Amino acid sequence: MSTAVPPRVLGGGDEMSYEIPHLRALESEAIHVIREVAAELERGVLLFSGGKDSAVLLHLARKAFYPAALPFPVMHVDTGHNFPEVIEYRDRMVADLGARLIVASVQDSIDTGRVVEENGPRSSRNRLQSVTLLDAIEQHGFRAAFGGARRDEERARAKERIFSFRDDFGQWNPKGQRPELWNLYNGFVKPGEHVRVFPLSNWTELDVWEYVAEERIPLPSIYFAHLRDVFRRDGMLYAVSPFVELLPGEEPFTEWVRFRTVGDMSCTGAVRSHAVQLEEVVAEIAATRITERGETRADDRISEAAMEDRKKEGYF
Amino acid sequence: MALAASNGHPGIARPSELVRFATAGSVDDGKSTLIGRLLYDTKSIFEDQLEHVERSSAQRGDGYVNLALLTDGLRAEREQGITIDVAYRYFHTPRRKFIIADTPGHEQYTRNMVTGASTADLALILVDARKGVLEQSRRHAFIASLLRIPHLVVCVNKMDLVDFDEGVFERVCADFTAWAAKLDVHDVTFIPISALHGDNVAERSERMPWYQGPALLYHLEHVYVASDRNLVDARLPVQWVVRPMSDDHHDYRGYAGQVASGAFRVGDEVIVLPSGRQSRVAAIDTYDGPREEAFPPLSVTLRLEDDVDVSRGDMICRPQNRPIEAREMDAMVCWMSERPLQPAGRYRIKHTTRTALAKAEDVQYRIDVNSLHRHEDARGLALNEIGRLRLRLSSPLFVDQYRRNRTTGSFILIDESTNDTVGAGMVL
Repeated sequence: MSTAVPPRVLGGGDEMSYEIPHLRALESEAIHVIREVAAELERGVLLFSGGKDSAVLLHLARKAFYPAALPFPVMHVDTGHNFPEVIEYRDRMVADLGARLIVASVQDSIDTGRVVEENGPRSSRNRLQSVTLLDAIEQHGFRAAFGGARRDEERARAKERIFSFRDDFGQWNPKGQRPELWNLYNGFVKPGEHVRVFPLSNWTELDVWEYVAEERIPLPSIYFAHLRDVFRRDGMLYAVSPFVELLPGEEPFTEWVRFRTVGDMSCTGAVRSHAVQLEEVVAEIAATRITERGETRADDRISEAAMEDRKKEGYF
Repeated sequence: MALAASNGHPGIARPSELVRFATAGSVDDGKSTLIGRLLYDTKSIFEDQLEHVERSSAQRGDGYVNLALLTDGLRAEREQGITIDVAYRYFHTPRRKFIIADTPGHEQYTRNMVTGASTADLALILVDARKGVLEQSRRHAFIASLLRIPHLVVCVNKMDLVDFDEGVFERVCADFTAWAAKLDVHDVTFIPISALHGDNVAERSERMPWYQGPALLYHLEHVYVASDRNLVDARLPVQWVVRPMSDDHHDYRGYAGQVASGAFRVGDEVIVLPSGRQSRVAAIDTYDGPREEAFPPLSVTLRLEDDVDVSRGDMICRPQNRPIEAREMDAMVCWMSERPLQPAGRYRIKHTTRTALAKAEDVQYRIDVNSLHRHEDARGLALNEIGRLRLRLSSPLFVDQYRRNRTTGSFILIDESTNDTVGAGMVL
């Protein structure tokens, strides 16, 4: 390394020097990871929730194989409790790309008795998704499933590998992870096992938003400020929807809001905002002092190790 | 590339460069406190995270906001009060985005330190001012030099507990420098700090007027890392052959990969290994349009002028500057598995995008990570041990010396029966 020549300035265009802005470095790393998986693991699938992280992931996958089509399908684990705007967005993106969409339905898992639905006003299908996801991975024989999870999201994720091994039961073993060195990924799995792959591991929420802005990546409309009927619960604003029963004293009202994450209508909180334009949203994200999961996700408020426990069960 | 200017987001300070650094430390040397302090002082800690830490600190009876609690990720780590595995943390300043590989420092976690060090531009080593340069500081410096981390920063911590005494600091500098002379390290910077109180972390401390150097954060923001990449030896390991087979791109054949080192320009003469076929670069394609030039770490797709046979695992380079075609090679290997290295054992070896089989023909010596003593009677390597091996390969690999090229000089060993990653190797 000590023999390297000093950077030079070249003429013309954008490539003025060998310096690489951090978003380009992160993009190149992610594309490298995506191509490694396509080359080394037989059947891959890209998990697409319609959220901003999976939108970036899909965009990067498209870049990785351009001008060829994606060499793997896209899968949505559909809880049936989605924002309708997100389903509309999902179908539009998949059609644009000419990708193959697989929908794994939590409702089907309930109907066939694989899982039992929770009851009550605070019930959620969030946790049930793990079973639907693992069943779909097994049914299709997937060896690799791409996810948009980032290490800055949550403390258990900060420890997770980019290639995250899952055993025959779909479990993550945080104490027995394969060492991951340089840019050399070990994708060897046995029948029944699979790897979850997180190309956005080193991205932060702000990186994702800046990249969305720079690349003009389309997002579902709920990420931008709009008028919506909401109610207040546990200090958060939730959308009024057929999937949530109101408790006594919870009064719906109309508010300008946007969503910072995309999950089920039953467990995803909104933030007050008038940020209609992408640049306005990015500016608000850059200035925020609360994490996205802390601000908007009821599913992580259960306990100190809520995410670690769900991940061990096979969650995203 | 002036990205901020080109799409004009007012009010967003856009870090321009990505810098990865590794830290290593044990329970008491203040590593977690220092990282917590860096995150806190760069406003990278969110209010809900801070409230959480305040609550946990109070429950534990710490008596102060224990920033170390920010970095304990797993339930077992919180319960046992130790760091087990590498954790990655992120913060940015207006100049740079930083990735911290936060690793445990105890000898039993040497493999985690090696993992964190493998991608680092800079290593941050903590020395407790009261205790001076201990065995573990020496071990951390050795691992940083073994993994060829280009920059070393020695933070002499807990200066508040030695009355900010310049003499103590100077003694640590002298001891460490004497040790570093035995290692292959070139850029060492010493900074006296108090992580707990923030002295010389984000701001220069007024309590150590004798210290004329920068605060740690300033140093991290300004240390020059762009020239650490090898921009001389053009190497593109082929990851994937792009063949759209669509009507629009009927005859398209591109070779996708991340440039490992050097630069490729349109028109360059190239050679493909192992076939030895030569051609020229016809185009460098990306989704965002063609480029005139590709260099590390860009992921690109090369097209060649001639229809030569190229597949995954091949290496594209320049005819006059080729890697070594190795059927046998000597390497330093860090063992990462509870199952020791079997003499004459057979392993999968993954190097760039090529996988072959390797047999450990000879363990030349095991190196004591604390004393650098070479044990030449070593028969194998156990977990966390580092030694020099002679490997015989089932088919040639196209390697460079690790000291010249961290990408084409590194490899991993994979156990054929368990599929675990069991060794990390550096070509000598």
